[in-house]
Amino acid sequence: MQKKIIKLFILLLIVFVIGVFFIGLNKNSIYDTKGLVGQKITEIKLDHFSKNKIITVKDLSKNNFTLINFWASWCGPCRDEHPILLKLNKEKNLKLLGVNVKDKKNNALEFLKDFGDPYDDLARDELGKHSVNFGIYGIPESILINQDLIIIKKFIGPISKNDYNYIKDTVRKQ
Amino acid sequence: MRIKIIIFFTILNFNILNAETSSIDSNKIFKNLRCLICQGQSVADSNSEFAQTIKLVVRDQINDGKSEKEIYDFLIEKYGEWITYKPSLNKVNFVLWLLPYLVFIIGGVIVFLRFKKRDNR
Repeated sequence: MQKKIIKLFILLLIVFVIGVFFIGLNKNSIYDTKGLVGQKITEIKLDHFSKNKIITVKDLSKNNFTLINFWASWCGPCRDEHPILLKLNKEKNLKLLGVNVKDKKNNALEFLKDFGDPYDDLARDELGKHSVNFGIYGIPESILINQDLIIIKKFIGPISKNDYNYIKDTVRKQ
Repeated sequence: MRIKIIIFFTILNFNILNAETSSIDSNKIFKNLRCLICQGQSVADSNSEFAQTIKLVVRDQINDGKSEKEIYDFLIEKYGEWITYKPSLNKVNFVLWLLPYLVFIIGGVIVFLRFKKRDNR
């Protein structure tokens, strides 16, 4: 009887160890943003880029949809997505809020002068601390939110053509 | 007079103890936070932009009087459980937390039964 218990225990232990390895090795260990989708943005305090004003959730709830785009003049991929942002600026239901992260003001202004300004509003996050509130870990990143400030989708890296189509379809459905 | 002195030092001692327990070691938190854009590095080990920003945010929250748990909860809410090296006990991982204790207890029982059996012989 005792031997049977020991054998069963060893067998269960082996099954458990194999199970842990199986789940662990099949689990995607790369950070993704699934957890953020569906979350509500409750607090935002972003310094306006040029005005002496703080952008809050109230400002965002006025828009049907808002695309919050985190960018910097020193970021190469931001240049790739810029033409798409300019195209998105033409969408009626969508407002673009740019957040200039860890950048020099003059360089940011020069960037917008050279490539065009797609933003309806522009904020500044000099130290990158406010970006943490949005779960940002690199730039460019963008977050699409609706009027209820619910995160619909988060785009890591430059916005692609597929992302553009997704955003366009989403905001036009409204 | 003696009693007053004793009360004074007791209160002083309590205050010192409270001050020590309320100060949070930021390095301990940094070491338990994963740098999401680095390969196998903690926030404490990394000098990446991400790690530097997280360090600033954690220090700000400590200065704002947030507890260690509140800081972890905030970061987990933003980046998911993956950001911490030592995840908190929850219904998904409770088996992993309990298993070592279970193995220890069952192992102890087996050893005890074996010794008992040998003694009986």
